[in-house]
Amino acid sequence: MNKQQKEKYLRDYGTLKSQGKPFFPYAVAKDSAMAMVVMAVIIAMSIVLGAELGPKADPTSTTYTPRPEWYFFFLFELLRVIKPPALVQLATIGVPTICLILLFLLPFYDRGPERRPERRPIATTAGIFVIGAIGYLTYLGAAAGPPTQIDIPVPANVVSQGPTAVANYKAGEQVVAQSGCAACHKFGENGNSGPGPALTKVGARLPAQAIQRTLLNPSAPMPSFSALSEQSPKQFAQMVGFLAALK
Amino acid sequence: MAKIKLPPVPSNPLSSPKRPGKEYGPSGARGHAAEAGVSAVDWIDERTSLSGGLRWAMFRKVPKGTNWFYTLGSATMFAFLSQAVTGVFLAMYYDPSATRAYESIQYINNNVFLGEFVHGMHRWGSSVMVILIFLHMGRTFFFGAYKYPRELNWVIGVALLVMTMTMSFSGYLLPFDQRSYWATIVGVNINGTGPLVGPYLSEFLRAGPYFGATTLSRFYAIHMLMVPGAIAALMGFHLYLVAKLGTTAPPWIKAKGPEKLSEEKVTVEA
Ligand code: HEM
Repeated sequence: MNKQQKEKYLRDYGTLKSQGKPFFPYAVAKDSAMAMVVMAVIIAMSIVLGAELGPKADPTSTTYTPRPEWYFFFLFELLRVIKPPALVQLATIGVPTICLILLFLLPFYDRGPERRPERRPIATTAGIFVIGAIGYLTYLGAAAGPPTQIDIPVPANVVSQGPTAVANYKAGEQVVAQSGCAACHKFGENGNSGPGPALTKVGARLPAQAIQRTLLNPSAPMPSFSALSEQSPKQFAQMVGFLAALK
Repeated sequence: MAKIKLPPVPSNPLSSPKRPGKEYGPSGARGHAAEAGVSAVDWIDERTSLSGGLRWAMFRKVPKGTNWFYTLGSATMFAFLSQAVTGVFLAMYYDPSATRAYESIQYINNNVFLGEFVHGMHRWGSSVMVILIFLHMGRTFFFGAYKYPRELNWVIGVALLVMTMTMSFSGYLLPFDQRSYWATIVGVNINGTGPLVGPYLSEFLRAGPYFGATTLSRFYAIHMLMVPGAIAALMGFHLYLVAKLGTTAPPWIKAKGPEKLSEEKVTVEA
């Protein structure tokens, strides 16, 4: 807006304002009515939905689902949509930071005098697109299945090693499933494709030692399983064994 | 030393005329009691001059055409106040130590009178506040309310949005159940991938290289002192600017200038 447009805006606004009504009691009445609605909604949600606790936090337990509060789903889903490992930084920090900077600076690059949404096609389209994208990602996050189920057929080379190997394999599968790995990794048909790489055939890519190193010292955002390895080395070994057998 | 004689002073030049009847003004104990409220307000106002500011904020005009969308900002503020009040209630029982946090919340839920109700209000109030802040932001966006002269109010608003999300993130860990614990570990790890500040940020959040005993009290301090203080301060500034600049009129309302006034016919009675 140039100086003339600014002055015109202030003039027009002054006129509209002088024709308006005083804040008290007119706007205050509307605001209070809205506040009552907000209060009623919060009270109703509290009564209907309650405030139950899950099981107590246990750094060694492996049955967890690293799921954020629903309004962070869209950020979390971004990690799944942007898959290549080289771009993970972009998804975790890059895109949100750029969006935030764009949001902060909005009034400084959109300086036109027009305010009606239908006459600001770029701004309005961008706004609707962003709302749609956030809505879609939130939906994806909400629809993602419970990541505690894995059924992969026992590989032939495990079967040929006899029943103990199969039992160990099954036990490892259980540990992995309960650890919620499938929240971020794909195992055959189960699990989410991202943020982590698919693990359907990790054993072919990595030897057991490399898998173990990753579990103890993962790259973010994956949590470390060093607590499990200390508290329950047997389960940890089963976990590594299962993953290494996936070929 | 010669003394200068003072000119005669007229007797009490400013005193108001005597009230004609007993029914006017305070007289007797009852009259003074009836006026007590007014004189208390007068007493404060004489020393603070607050009434001017209050009058300025309350009796400013709101432009023609202002509709229900304009209540979303104050609704956000109301949700924040509700969070503050219910949060104080929870803080009276909550114990931010890794060994006691979960049990203290359990105690609130099971033993404190209306405990689960207030805890539920705080938990779901956060969702309500996040929804309202996004709706309010959408309103100001589509109405072009971030344009001249309200740019700064938009910038402060985005800061408020970031801090509101920080509140949700830091509060999520506090019940210390499995869900909140592991989600926070992943969240902090995500912060750690950021360039430059990332690793420092996640170390700051964890209060060390690993998730430890002090992590929870750090999250608690962030959640109940640091960020809400900043939110309250910025909210005050946000509202000051709203009162100072006035709320926008809906963009499709045309200003019909004083031509209308000049068209008005004036009839003079004979
Ligand atoms: C804690 C959060 C917030 C509170 C309590 C709050 C409160 C308010 C209130 C009461 C108003 C008066 C008009 C109305 O209600 O629509 C207002 C106006 C405004 N707010 Fe907020 N707000 C918050 C967050 C935000 C955010 C996130 C943004 C944008 C990024 C924002 C941008 C604005 C702008 C530009 C105005 C001027 C609108 C106009 O004049 O029409 N606010 N805010």
